[in-house]
Amino acid sequence: MPDATLLGQVKDFANRANPYPVYAKLRETPVSRQDDGTEAGTWVAATHGTISSLLHDPRVSSETLPPADRPRTGNPFTDLIVKPLKDWMMDRHRVFIFRDPPDHDALRASVMHQFSRERVQAMRARSDRLVADLLDEKCAAREIDAVDDLAYPLPVTVICELFGVPREDEPKFHGWATQLATALEPDSLSDPEIRAANSRTFDAIGGYMADLIKEKRRHPQDDMLSGLANEATPEGVKMGDYDLIATSILMLVAGHETTVNLITNGLLTLLRHPDELERLRQDPGRAPRLIEELLRYEPPVQFRTRRTLAAIDIADVTIPEGADLVLLLAAGNRDAAVFPDPDRFDPDRAGTRHLGFGGSLHYCVGAPLARFEAEAALTALARRLKAPRLIADPPPYRPGAALRGPEHLRVAIEGIA
Amino acid sequence: MMPTSERAVVVGAGLAALRGAEAMREAGFSGSLSIVGAEPYRPYDRPPLSKHVLTGAIRADATTLPSSLGADVDWHLGSPALGLDRAARTLRLADGRRLPYDRLLVATGTRARPWPNPHEGRLTGVFTLRGRDDAAALRAALAAGPRRVLVIGGGFIGCEVANLCRQLGLPVTLVEPGPTPLARVLGTTVGSLIGAIHEGRGVDLRCGGEVEWLEDEGGRLVRGHLTDGTRIDADVAVIALGAVRNTEWLAGSGLSADPGGVDCDEAGYVLDADGRPDPRIAAAGDVARFPHPLYGGRRVALEHWSQAVAQGVHAGRLLAGAVPEAPYGELPTFWSTQGAVVVKSVGLTEGADALAFTQGEPASGRFVALYGRAGRCIAAVAVDSARWLPAHAALVAAGAPFPPRGAAADRPKGIEILAPGFP
Amino acid sequence: MSAPADASPGSPPGLRVCVDLNLCQGYAQCCYAAPRHFRIEGHEALFYDPAPAARDRADIERARVACPVQAIRVEDPGRGA
Repeated sequence: MPDATLLGQVKDFANRANPYPVYAKLRETPVSRQDDGTEAGTWVAATHGTISSLLHDPRVSSETLPPADRPRTGNPFTDLIVKPLKDWMMDRHRVFIFRDPPDHDALRASVMHQFSRERVQAMRARSDRLVADLLDEKCAAREIDAVDDLAYPLPVTVICELFGVPREDEPKFHGWATQLATALEPDSLSDPEIRAANSRTFDAIGGYMADLIKEKRRHPQDDMLSGLANEATPEGVKMGDYDLIATSILMLVAGHETTVNLITNGLLTLLRHPDELERLRQDPGRAPRLIEELLRYEPPVQFRTRRTLAAIDIADVTIPEGADLVLLLAAGNRDAAVFPDPDRFDPDRAGTRHLGFGGSLHYCVGAPLARFEAEAALTALARRLKAPRLIADPPPYRPGAALRGPEHLRVAIEGIA
Repeated sequence: MMPTSERAVVVGAGLAALRGAEAMREAGFSGSLSIVGAEPYRPYDRPPLSKHVLTGAIRADATTLPSSLGADVDWHLGSPALGLDRAARTLRLADGRRLPYDRLLVATGTRARPWPNPHEGRLTGVFTLRGRDDAAALRAALAAGPRRVLVIGGGFIGCEVANLCRQLGLPVTLVEPGPTPLARVLGTTVGSLIGAIHEGRGVDLRCGGEVEWLEDEGGRLVRGHLTDGTRIDADVAVIALGAVRNTEWLAGSGLSADPGGVDCDEAGYVLDADGRPDPRIAAAGDVARFPHPLYGGRRVALEHWSQAVAQGVHAGRLLAGAVPEAPYGELPTFWSTQGAVVVKSVGLTEGADALAFTQGEPASGRFVALYGRAGRCIAAVAVDSARWLPAHAALVAAGAPFPPRGAAADRPKGIEILAPGFP
Repeated sequence: MSAPADASPGSPPGLRVCVDLNLCQGYAQCCYAAPRHFRIEGHEALFYDPAPAARDRADIERARVACPVQAIRVEDPGRGA
């Protein structure tokens, strides 16, 4: 039976290409209760003000994952001894996007210490080079798939190089990342099949990372994983191995599953606004403003989930304690109270306080990389694609409602300059 | 809109004056606009003067503020206002010029409170810190490598300077008459935590002490003498005893002004001695004493950067004829960077009778303290925890019940109510 | 980090930058965008160059637009900002 609530419509794949009319209906009630069969219900915040407020509210927790419950094997030793132990370890070493302070802060500080300005700047230059190479490969083509040919390989290569994942191992991550990214889709957490598949995937990628960490200890290199494995923060904090494995998996999955959407949504939006594409071609200096507007207009992460630790009075409702929250970032980004004429794509609008990277403690760690990669990709596409035109509009979309973006973006061209 | 023959004069050339002048133009005021400043400089930003200008990382003259003002402004810099004749609607400047006005913005700010003994205050090595020239002079003295720096007064500026001396590797003694630094503003409970941060950085902190006199040799400072007989050898002293409001030029104008500020009504118009607003004159920034709606209409004068901006904009619109939607009542906000530690506050702590650490861990040096009075949230102070402040600002702005309902994610055991410790 | 106050004769006028540190929450996006002009000290103390040279305007613009709380104000006389 289809979920008739507005949140159900957000999740409905039929609305993937254009969820914004559903968001507009949700905004009519800034914070609304959506029936999910439970007593507390799921509460959706859809306006800029309520989302910002809840992102900063100390009574709102990010610990939304249900307790680990690995699939049973039928082997009594495994099910009675190993499983509870592994479940316990999983729960103790959650990735920090699903954790609260003080644990979250310590883990994130370790990452930020390694995510240095110098490393990110090096990746800025590297992004330009990678984009040039990827487009050169297609120089004779009359059609490209912006996803497969550029938007996917660019961030994947960048995150792997940043972490020090050997180039030949890169393909292994594709399937792993797609599977694990489902953890951000609300319904997947209650689907036993998806959870079982996630457990298997986590074991596989976890085993790989454990071996790679050993290697980085034996032969440290100038990469983030070597740094995290071997160095403490200035405060003397160093991650334990399980946290390190979980954290590096998080970073690698995020690097595979988010920026691809920013770049693809970017090209799609530019092709739908040819005047903006032409302006960018003539003045690449417009790119930073244009990318902020993209993060508002078509954010790669459409919503995030949270849970209340106490009853919260907001926008004339009281969200009960223990309720599931959906912070509809993409709806807040189209709130006319903050962004006049919100459905218009306008890179010149003043002051884009968008929610594209979330906010407060959990603000996207990779935001600077995403910005540089998108700038490298979009400026090069604007400059080099000759007479680009969309082959299918709307393009086919990937399944995710939270991590939303086209599966493919076929573009007919008359060549690449 | 205003007829173009109207003349607006902004008295003062600091942050509030600049933002006020900009707001006037942005609200459509198209008449003549003059800005009068005592110093010979375009408006500049003061916070860096007690921080990175003193380390030498940036030059004092690099702090000129960004502005949207165009060429249609007459700058009268280097000549302070000396008198105001409201009947003739003219402003008299120190260089003898007289400026007629139809609209006047009072934004003359403050100056550093001088050392009470004028002779000692003039000694070589004795500094106050308020303007760009002060900062450049103090920077030169610190760069010369004094044996020890004596900071007199443990308010925000005193604490910033003391911590910064340690950054420069200079021995420094901070003398504060109160029981802890910042006790008057934050109470001793939070003040002692701030004091511990500075002591941890090597500041020689002398709370409960008072400097009685400054000794010189041939006009150069050599040591300070405390009332208890302690002698502190130092060749640089920084007098950080707070500020005095620049209102002397209003003497004889018939306006209600004294060293505590110039009085305004809810809208921002300046009051005369009989309590009637003068509809041609508004005030903004450090010098403006106004009834704050959040504090039961009590008159306050706030030396806050954010206040200079928000009230400057408000007063500028008011004078341009753009009727404000509501009385001015921005939530007071403040920050201070002490070394690499950021102290931020919202609201006013005055009169607080209870305090709770609502976030973080005081012992770790990162925390939020929420202040309550008579069961209501009135202020919050965040130390290296800026991202938690907006949620607390909402509690303060709403006057929410204190202690607040519900526990924070990192405080499963709930919150403990403490005494704020105001002396 | 350097802060040339006044441009030498003939060179374009520099920029003026001011950050509202009440708004700043230490997201450090400016530090990645313009690492020579912004840096975080300690946990969240932002230190910035208030007078960058005109040649650095692209990075300053990146920093300005990337600020999640829009706390960075820039005047660019050479561009008529």
